[in-house]
Amino acid sequence: MSREDVLVTPDWAEQNLDTDGVVFVEVDEDTTAYDAGHIPGAVKINWKTELQDPVIRDFVDRGAFEKLLSNKGISNEDTVVLYGGNNNWFAAYAYWYFKLYGHRDVRLLDGGRKKWELDGRPLSTEEVSRPATSYTAQEQDTSIRAFRQEALEAIGTQNLVDVRSPDEFSGKILAPAHLLQECAQRPGHIPTALNVPWSKAANEDGTFKSDADLRALYGAAGLDASRPTIAYCRIGERSSHTWFVLHELLELSEVKNYDGSWTEYGSLVGAPIELGTKG
Amino acid sequence: MCGAGQQTLELPPGTDLSRHTVLAGTVLIDPGPNDAGQTLGGAFVRLLDGTGEFTAEVVSSASGAFRFFAAPGDWTIRALHPLGTGETPLSAPGPGLFSVEVTVS
Repeated sequence: MSREDVLVTPDWAEQNLDTDGVVFVEVDEDTTAYDAGHIPGAVKINWKTELQDPVIRDFVDRGAFEKLLSNKGISNEDTVVLYGGNNNWFAAYAYWYFKLYGHRDVRLLDGGRKKWELDGRPLSTEEVSRPATSYTAQEQDTSIRAFRQEALEAIGTQNLVDVRSPDEFSGKILAPAHLLQECAQRPGHIPTALNVPWSKAANEDGTFKSDADLRALYGAAGLDASRPTIAYCRIGERSSHTWFVLHELLELSEVKNYDGSWTEYGSLVGAPIELGTKG
Repeated sequence: MCGAGQQTLELPPGTDLSRHTVLAGTVLIDPGPNDAGQTLGGAFVRLLDGTGEFTAEVVSSASGAFRFFAAPGDWTIRALHPLGTGETPLSAPGPGLFSVEVTVS
């Protein structure tokens, strides 16, 4: 694996808009941006209504994921290129999700919608429909997904990377003020967690920093590359961005995304919580 | 559900300006020395803290509007657009509504 196997440049993407076997997918929680103009030929996936179970707090199950991808016209053999707004947060979440269900070849568009728009590349409002497929998903690969018990057991034994803003980490606020307020019962962070906000891994145009810069970033923060790592944020999408950096770009082994994240952990009765910044 | 809501200059119901610090404004394009700036929608507007660190990002509305719920302090608002970039510093000494224009050139 190398950066080219998991991340495509806007140039590559533009040259491969019509390539057979390459499917572009825009992923967001709000698809109005897609409807106003998307990468030509791209289909859309709504993070909230299509990837989340409508009743219980979990992902859609394997059968529902198969049905979703079949209806979108995505086959097991396709190279899926994901992109979206918000610096690719939800696209990175979907990337992790596709990996969880065993899709062979999935990649992120470096910089997402932002870089694409800043470059002045083509957008289309044409409706996209692809012939249905019969997609087969694998059982969830839980080697990349952490659950609450693992987060508790990681305290002091594994790298916990809290990718939220410093004010969320310290417990000053429960959620960034400009965003929707989905909150845990208590503020703070998991004891022994490092705080490396997701944004430090990205340039201002939304592209990822170089491998050398990324290694320096997590090294300086105290990440021990010889230990397993769990990344978390508030609902698991910003931490997917960091999971992508650690597992796919830097190729650290044993990196999991804790999608329950702070909205789960910070509501657990009796779970240890630390306040303040690291001393 | 982590995305920012629709950007308008109207504040959402329940906003209490005696408690909240709201930074709101408009992105403009610099048309040259003799004209007033035109508003610029679709710009990526980034809120940077006093050390230049990224805090938040929204996309300006069709009329160029954006707003951030922030905290008192020194901020920089930086806009990125295919036509260029621009930034404006803004100091918010306490709660209230602080208006700002960012001109892209």
